[in-house]
Amino acid sequence: MSQINVTINGEHIQAEAGMTILEAARAAGIFIPTLCHHEQLESYGSCRLCVVEIGAGERKKVVASCLYHISEGLVVETETEKINGFRRTILNLLLHRWDNIPAILLEKYGAKSNERFIDNMTYCILCGLCVRFCHEVKGANVLGFIGRGTIRQVVIFPNQSAKYCASSCPDEMECLHYCPTGVISSQYYGSRPADGQALPHAHPVCINEDLNILEVLERVGHV
Amino acid sequence: MTKLTSISALEALREDILSRRDPKKTKLSVCSGTGCRAYDSEKVIDSLKAKLLDQGLNDKIDLVTTGCHGFCELGPVMVVYPEGISYFKIKPDDIDDIINETLNQGKVVDRLLYVDPEGNVITKEHDIPFYKYQNRVVFGSNQSIDPENIDDYLALDGYKALATCIGSLSPEEVLEIVKKAKLRGRGGGGFPAGQKWEATRNAPGEVKYVIVNADEGDPGAYMDRSILEGNPHSVLEGLLIGAYAIGCQKGFIYIRQEYPLAVEHLDQAISQMRELGLLGENILGTGFNFDIIVHRGAGAFVSGESSALMSSIEGKVGEPRPKYIRTSISGVHGCPSDLNNVETWANVPIIINKGADWFTSIGTEGSKGTKIFSLVGKVNNTGLVEVPMGMKLHDIIFKIGGGIRDGKKFKAVQTGGPSGGVIPEDMLDLPVDFDALDKVGSMMGSGGMIVMDEDTCMVDVAKYFLEFLAEESCGKCVPCREGITQMLHILQMICAGEGQPEDLVLLEEVAAMTKECSLCALGQSAPNPVLSSLKYFRAEYEAHVNEQCCPAHVCKELITYHIDPAKCKGCGKCLRNCAVGAISGTKKEPHVIDLEKCTKCDTCFLVCPPKFSAVTKLSGSEVLPES
Repeated sequence: MSQINVTINGEHIQAEAGMTILEAARAAGIFIPTLCHHEQLESYGSCRLCVVEIGAGERKKVVASCLYHISEGLVVETETEKINGFRRTILNLLLHRWDNIPAILLEKYGAKSNERFIDNMTYCILCGLCVRFCHEVKGANVLGFIGRGTIRQVVIFPNQSAKYCASSCPDEMECLHYCPTGVISSQYYGSRPADGQALPHAHPVCINEDLNILEVLERVGHV
Repeated sequence: MTKLTSISALEALREDILSRRDPKKTKLSVCSGTGCRAYDSEKVIDSLKAKLLDQGLNDKIDLVTTGCHGFCELGPVMVVYPEGISYFKIKPDDIDDIINETLNQGKVVDRLLYVDPEGNVITKEHDIPFYKYQNRVVFGSNQSIDPENIDDYLALDGYKALATCIGSLSPEEVLEIVKKAKLRGRGGGGFPAGQKWEATRNAPGEVKYVIVNADEGDPGAYMDRSILEGNPHSVLEGLLIGAYAIGCQKGFIYIRQEYPLAVEHLDQAISQMRELGLLGENILGTGFNFDIIVHRGAGAFVSGESSALMSSIEGKVGEPRPKYIRTSISGVHGCPSDLNNVETWANVPIIINKGADWFTSIGTEGSKGTKIFSLVGKVNNTGLVEVPMGMKLHDIIFKIGGGIRDGKKFKAVQTGGPSGGVIPEDMLDLPVDFDALDKVGSMMGSGGMIVMDEDTCMVDVAKYFLEFLAEESCGKCVPCREGITQMLHILQMICAGEGQPEDLVLLEEVAAMTKECSLCALGQSAPNPVLSSLKYFRAEYEAHVNEQCCPAHVCKELITYHIDPAKCKGCGKCLRNCAVGAISGTKKEPHVIDLEKCTKCDTCFLVCPPKFSAVTKLSGSEVLPES
């Protein structure tokens, strides 16, 4: 792969052509927060925490770094006031679905819950990591989304689960480890979390209060 | 039908059709579009057919059942040619008079004519202000075409543009004409169609697709439906020309299943094309191969977004994907795909036939040609109107639309559908084109135009559109899903009288983030109704949050009903109609509303005779201390 030059936060770095901004930044040890990204899975672009500004002057624009591919001479800013403001608003909103977002993230961007927002505390931020893991890695499609818009949710399709869970994940439900609200670990934040500490485990295992994965598996006789 | 194997065979067929038609013959053009069908136009047509046959007139008179004429407000609509006499609101019972007086004696049936708001009776279609100020380049031929009969389209130079392109122009030349015409996408974005074609043409790949976006979803907008219902071949011809210029052999038409008549006419048109050899291999003997697949969508608004539409065509969930790589490079199944909306495609044959210079002579500097709008809301003449780009909003609403209903005052016009914005009265001089609407925080969108009068609450309007978007967002990305949820929640609180001054700042904060961070155009434009109403009608929001007052008297929680004792004559109408017995009073004495019991259903306000107008709605400081 050929190397190309990009500038991230004023720092000139060389990165492999074909990388996304996120990949290039992480390779250079530059932190960009994500909640729906995983190195093993295809970029999805749903949490939008990884937004960065590219370009300069009038032509500056906001893009999702997990999806935008670098090109020669690309100028990227990952921590502008505008971007951090957007991240704060995104986290403020997410706090009403998941009230124990790791403090490290909340503090970094000054996010807090807002009493004017309505709570929808499902602890599922619909990042799709579990769904995509099941689909892309296991090829099982046991998990999926149903509903649209504000009523979208993750569900288990029982017939699929009866068919595939035991053979695809014989030892344990591996998808659970991908849930950031359940078993969050520093790997989701790249090789180097902001302050060098591992992030705490956040919430007991659960995808959605109404649709507990274990409960459904019990129902179909898998566990 | 015999297969046409050459361009000269097509021209011979056209000659033959024209030779059998007499332009002086009386022709009745009756609308059978969805709007008029809702007014029972099919019964009118059946009755007309039967009676023409009865009287032996069926050979002397041509009856054409057409698609939408545009003036849906007054359907069913009929035009008698060659005179151009327009009849409106026709019932089956009117047919006898039309036959006896107009057809047999050449007289006009006065009661079916158009009466303008001033009471003037107008006979001829082209004198009616609704039609007079339009420039119906794309939509006009609807009135002369039976969409189920390809001969009608061929008689109007149908497929002549295609023959010109594949017979005597190179794909590059066709592309140059469309680029030179500066045709911009009519579906919302206004992206130059020629550039899009060129990008798809130049993209690497053997297999390329052209697609018609007929997933029209804006509430109140139905121009694409009416083109497909009334003149499907115009869209198909445009698509074939695009396919030739870009280098495609296959096209898709993504149309919503909820448009049954459009789907039916499209399917018929496609099979007629196949029979005539206008689709398939070696079209008109030129070596050009092309075929079409009609894909019926299940009616998700977001599927009108190009990448979501393409996912849907692939059989996946209609969810947008990031477009940092354009669909013209990687679209359906990863192949270069050119997507244009119905109206854009329908413009293409006209540009080829009349030339790019003719096309660019209409419109403004940045926006050429015409645009069809669905003019709806509190305007006198609702319907589909086609105007040259750059016409002032004022002229569309007041000249064509005939002004505001019931003598009310104009308040705002919402353009661009749920993702557009509201435009206040002092901007009515705005020339309507892509760039001007963008600049004021609204957008052209696909051409929805909802007129609002003084009785409209702008906070309520913003709430309405967000309710729509909350349901129609795909829910994939956080800014759109959570942003819309919370903006809607705040608006609901404001309308319920629970708003706080800080809410307006919070709305702007969430809106700004949603606008810039959302994955697709739906989310990016979702805050527009909120931002534009906050910008132009901030005082109304402030009245809601500071004074618990809804100035337009719409938000139920913020209003009370009151009977003015000085005006009430005690007629008892409100008392008798009140469903919950909240009104009391003796005859000929002023009545009183018990606010404890009142459910604010608005009935008393509506039934109070206009000559008294004793029932009023009060809000904020207007509320009387005793009530």
